[in-house]
Amino acid sequence: MTSGNPGVQPDPREPAGAPGVERGSKMLGSRAVLVSSASTMLFFAVIAVVVVLAPGSEVVAERFFSPFHLWQSTVGTPSTPSVVGAFLLNVKIFAVSEVLILTLALVIAVVRQIPGPVFFPFRMVALAYTDLFRGVPLILVLYMIGFGVPGLGLEFISYLPDVTYGIIALVLVYSAYVAEVYRAGIESVHESQNAAARSLGLTRWQSLRFVILPQAVRRVIPPLLNDFIGLQKDTALVSVLGSIEAVRAAQIYGASQFNYASYVVAALLFVLITIPLARFTDRLISRDKRRREAGAVA
Amino acid sequence: MNGPTLTLENVHKSFGENEVLKGIDLVVEPHEVVCLIGASGSGKSTLLKCVNLVEPIDSGRIVVEGEEITAKGVDANRVRRRIGIVFQAFNLFPHMTVLRNITLAPREVLEMDRQAAEKRALGLLERFGLLDKRDEYPDRLSGGQQQRVAIVRALAMRPGVMLFDEVTSALDPELVAEVLSVIKELADEGMTMLIATHEMGFARDIASRVCFLDEGKILEQAPPERIFTSPENPRTRQFLQRIIAAGRL
Repeated sequence: MTSGNPGVQPDPREPAGAPGVERGSKMLGSRAVLVSSASTMLFFAVIAVVVVLAPGSEVVAERFFSPFHLWQSTVGTPSTPSVVGAFLLNVKIFAVSEVLILTLALVIAVVRQIPGPVFFPFRMVALAYTDLFRGVPLILVLYMIGFGVPGLGLEFISYLPDVTYGIIALVLVYSAYVAEVYRAGIESVHESQNAAARSLGLTRWQSLRFVILPQAVRRVIPPLLNDFIGLQKDTALVSVLGSIEAVRAAQIYGASQFNYASYVVAALLFVLITIPLARFTDRLISRDKRRREAGAVA
Repeated sequence: MNGPTLTLENVHKSFGENEVLKGIDLVVEPHEVVCLIGASGSGKSTLLKCVNLVEPIDSGRIVVEGEEITAKGVDANRVRRRIGIVFQAFNLFPHMTVLRNITLAPREVLEMDRQAAEKRALGLLERFGLLDKRDEYPDRLSGGQQQRVAIVRALAMRPGVMLFDEVTSALDPELVAEVLSVIKELADEGMTMLIATHEMGFARDIASRVCFLDEGKILEQAPPERIFTSPENPRTRQFLQRIIAAGRL
């Protein structure tokens, strides 16, 4: 299928080749449909054969896919929590963290690019923050915040619910990443935009607020959403602090019933909530691409 | 206001080792239209950027309407309100409608309320035939329309002097006229303007005075009828001969 790849075509043919590629990917010819369905079927057939012929396949089917246990762990039993119910805690952690991350990261990104010698210490703090929290594994931050802060025995911050420490850790780590995403967006806005704003008498701050940031944020929405898909999954790590969210609930079920169907349920829940966000991200990316192409023509 | 609108005294400006302005002296009287001509790299754009305080000068003085804007402690933001500048690349804000582009600075800088700012903007748009574009985004406009909006955006601040930095250089030839006619209209109204341009025909029509810049110095300045017909400086003569040979005059 090399002819469909614009990358291997010689340069002079590229303008003519590009519309052809578009057509090829949108409307598959009947032969192409045949080939693609045959290869898809073959692919899944091989996987099915390997799984079924594996020596432990019956045990795995019972341990992971037993309909009884799938149902039991979904709704919960008198002695074990429902995985779906516990998953609501993941959603809550995600929602609260996301708002805090978007805010804190923006502050850090803005601080990192304030010019002038007076602001040097602020820039250094922001830089040290991003370096530190991008470097330390999330699970270690969770342990340090979740077990360290309560250990201090301070009146106001040491006796909070476990979930709160989990959210603090997620916000600290993810803000470091998201701040870098924002920063890339700010730097992608051409300097002439700032010059135009300043020439109208807007202050540095007004230019940032009305001209630079709105454009920067719009450009980084797809990568931001990508980070949030990661965040949705990482809410599972809060389980190490003992909060009963989906993974913790699945663990409890598995330990009491000696069956892991509960993990499959938890996995499905994470996938279910991630897919819409992933498709939404795809749509935004292709919309941006269309706009850029339209802009390039004009 | 008595006295000149704009005075430059012995202005020097270097970028590193490269001295771009080598002692510029220039006086622009109220209602005067001064055109800066000269080859690319002669310092025309840098001169405008210095007047607008986009670039700090190394030495000399710039006085606008009696106030020395290059003195220490002058609030650059306040100075820029009084000086409108239009760039070669339009530099409209792509995420705002035409109307918002124009009202942003009046509302945020002059702290006008929304109705007053929009009234002023709509009046200007109507005058320059752009009223139907008020709710469009810049990428839906032609280059000529974008540049006219950029001019309106600068005018909305009611500046005392307007600077134009080769505002037609990025335009397709058939769109140049609509932008130049806007500038012409401003000239007829008595707007004080300093215009860096490659359009010699336009400079001849509109300028009250033409300054020829070469290697960071003003070599010759005279009314257009004089400078275009009998230039005194040999460099000016050479430059204009090349322009004529290229069919641009």
